[in-house]
Amino acid sequence: MSDAIEIDVCALGDLAIEEGRTYVVADEQLALFRMRDDTVHALGAVCPHRGGPIADGQCDEAVVWCPLHAFGYDLATGACVNGDFRLPRFDARVEDGRVVVTVPE
Amino acid sequence: MERQRLVVIGNGMAGARTVEEILTRAPDLFDITMFGEEPHGNYNRIALSHVLAGEEDFDSIFLNSLAWYAANGITLHAGVRAKRIDRFAKVVYADDGSETRYDKLIIATGSRSFIPDIPGIRDRYSELRSGVFGFRTIEDTRAMLEHARGGERRAVVIGGGLLGLEAAHGLHKQGTEVTVLQRSATIMNQQLDAAGGEVLAGILQNMGIRVITNARTVAVDYVPRVGIQAVQVEGQDPIPCDMVVVTAGIRPETSVALISGFTVARAIVVDDLMRTVDDDDVYAVGECVQHRGEVYGLVAPLWEQGAVLAANITGTDPSARYSGTKTTTKLKVAGIDLASMGVRTPEREGDEQMVFSEPKRGVYKSVIVRENKVIGATMLGDASRVPFLTRAFDQGLDLPETRAELLFDLGTTPEQSVADLPDDAQICNCNGVTKGTIVGAVHDGCTSLGAVMDATRAGKGCGSCKEQVCAILAWAAGDAVTVDASANWYVPGVPMGKPELMAAIREQNLRSVSSVFAALAPDGQPDARSKMGLASLLKMMWGPDYVDERDARFINDRVHANIQKDGTFSVVPQLKGGVTSPEQLRRIADVAEKYDVPMVKLTGGQRIDLLGIRKEDLPKVWADLDMPSGYAYGKSFRTVKTCVGQEFCRFGTGDSTSLGIDMETRFQGLESPAKIKLAVSGCPRNCAESLVKDVGVVAVEGGRWELWIGGAAGAHIRKGDLFVTVDSREEAILLAGRFIQYYRENAKWLERTYTFVPRLGLEELQAILVADRDGVCAGLDERLQESVDNYADPWLDRDAPATPGQFRTALPLVALPLVPVRGGDA
Repeated sequence: MSDAIEIDVCALGDLAIEEGRTYVVADEQLALFRMRDDTVHALGAVCPHRGGPIADGQCDEAVVWCPLHAFGYDLATGACVNGDFRLPRFDARVEDGRVVVTVPE
Repeated sequence: MERQRLVVIGNGMAGARTVEEILTRAPDLFDITMFGEEPHGNYNRIALSHVLAGEEDFDSIFLNSLAWYAANGITLHAGVRAKRIDRFAKVVYADDGSETRYDKLIIATGSRSFIPDIPGIRDRYSELRSGVFGFRTIEDTRAMLEHARGGERRAVVIGGGLLGLEAAHGLHKQGTEVTVLQRSATIMNQQLDAAGGEVLAGILQNMGIRVITNARTVAVDYVPRVGIQAVQVEGQDPIPCDMVVVTAGIRPETSVALISGFTVARAIVVDDLMRTVDDDDVYAVGECVQHRGEVYGLVAPLWEQGAVLAANITGTDPSARYSGTKTTTKLKVAGIDLASMGVRTPEREGDEQMVFSEPKRGVYKSVIVRENKVIGATMLGDASRVPFLTRAFDQGLDLPETRAELLFDLGTTPEQSVADLPDDAQICNCNGVTKGTIVGAVHDGCTSLGAVMDATRAGKGCGSCKEQVCAILAWAAGDAVTVDASANWYVPGVPMGKPELMAAIREQNLRSVSSVFAALAPDGQPDARSKMGLASLLKMMWGPDYVDERDARFINDRVHANIQKDGTFSVVPQLKGGVTSPEQLRRIADVAEKYDVPMVKLTGGQRIDLLGIRKEDLPKVWADLDMPSGYAYGKSFRTVKTCVGQEFCRFGTGDSTSLGIDMETRFQGLESPAKIKLAVSGCPRNCAESLVKDVGVVAVEGGRWELWIGGAAGAHIRKGDLFVTVDSREEAILLAGRFIQYYRENAKWLERTYTFVPRLGLEELQAILVADRDGVCAGLDERLQESVDNYADPWLDRDAPATPGQFRTALPLVALPLVPVRGGDA
């Protein structure tokens, strides 16, 4: 995407395995999740249901569950697995121990 | 095609309803002519009782206005009486001299009031005297109202059946003094047995309506130009009155059929197609017919008869047959709930009768059962079981073994009422899921409880509606219901029950949640929803040797606080046994001020809750409080509620506060399948509510302590079971701990003790844990002791966060645009 920018968000070591953490990047609120294989997923940080903090949810390799009312979101797509919601999803990669996320400009 | 000519004699509820049924099936088949003796359109005769009572007015009870007849092209002869039918010429002769030809004919002449020949009741022309009324038509009702309002204030109602009581109630509401005379020993004896009749008579008397049974009316005293004076009853003083209402029954109105040569027994005889047995082109419907020996005087049968008749006469469904109606009656008297169906009393050997009578409160319930089916029921003063009984009676349902459930809503058979619920009835009050949504999910292919819950979220809040969700599933899916294989799994992501899972964990020495997934989950797939349950189990099993992976914890357990709706947290410091001190209160107050705590609240567990704490402030709050965690957030031991006890209370027989404090000290922080709440009460007055706790202790006289287990008073209410009575506080602590450890090791994930205890059975638990039948007690005590020894206050985490982000906010950080600060001239 031409109007997207890549942003160095944090060190991989700032993220705990399969725990989320919230960052604000270029006006976007991101919840980052580090997998056991050290890949990283980036979703919107706010649950569209009732505004729950997604980064406080529990996740596995596929889904993160909002801690407030247990709506689950597919880490790869942002689609809700048990409701009619969708979280924004962003490309994220790890480069030299840094987490780099692509967000719209 | 030329239309056939359809003539309907009778414009009451049966005639008009049948015409409506015909019009919906074949609007253009017939040219319709109707004769009605009453000079207006069709009205709801049943509602006349409400009109008499002043609860409705005349205008509101019309079902078919004159405009309706015009709009449907029906020729209505209102106020015209059909006199005779010539079956061979197919002509109806009416009293206005008209002759009307027909191709098809329907007789719907209904009933008329039966007026017995009581001396004085009629004048010499055999007309009812002024002041004597039947109760059948709008005219009857209007005349009664005028008479009652015209200063006449005393009425006698002859006949204490359903209609008589409704008339009595209506007149009573109009301010009239009413006496009901019933010839037999029981009022409403068509519907009630003797005991029920007495309870109902009591209710009426309390309302101010006088009821005299076994009353044979012998004369009506009438003075010319003055009016009715009194009613004479055999063996009694005359009853002075100004008006008489005769409700001694109804008789089918069959005169036109009789003189026209149709077969009339008690009423016009019809077959299952609703045709007269004499002429295939002539049908009859409603109260004027006799079908299979039955004559009905109620409205429900004529709905069914009308539909069958219409299906046949129009040829739209020639297979339609009427097979009789099981009738149920309701008394339409405001303030009295009375429903009755089927037989009144047992009729055969082997018939069962269940009776409950509480005359003082006006409640009488009777159910007659034959071969496990309801064949009759009376419900007076409490309608709660009427929907269920009606269904059981209509559909011949098999009945619950506990017959008391027929009479009372014991809360144990929700499945029997789900069919009665409207589609928009909310079943899951947590997630706002209606019956219709659940049924929709079933029709979309969900056949197991788990699938329905996943698809609709019903039952995923507090869980108290699960039984009802199950019942709706069973009702909607019928035989297609499947059992979730996963129902017995400890957690959804590992296909094993708890004992099996624990054995595998021990055998393979699995000490972390990720290793359990790798070894035991299908394809080694981790599952986020299973992490919390496994973490709890592993911690309980391995104690200090458990490998604690932070991601396995739910957010509450990561930060030792309870997440709130806005992503902030609540902090509840430990106040053992609900006992605190001025020094602690001062510190709590200081913290509340320092951190701008939006709400400070007392909890139900006798603690102080600081709500709205930001995640990043948690370690500082704990440090400033310098108090241990109160565990208000975990699937764990929570709190011990206590009463004041013998130290101060003048009734106290045991030192409940110090026992509560000791118990909390011992059990603090124990993780468990679901939360555990305790209470200790110092005497049987039970001020700490020990009987509705997971473990409740009550001091009883003589230095003894009772232990109650499996109680609850939240989403689910259950009185605990008396587990054991012990002689010392040490034994109380020991046995409470042993039960808790057994629960930790054997309960399913998220299974509260209120389910666990009845699932295993009190006696079984007593055998295992008190009598030590299986020799497991020493082991349980030992393992509990290990857990107790391993306790560490989680709030000490504050000094060294477990992960870099442990206390970093995950709240949505709303990035507000910066508004420039304005100068003073703005």
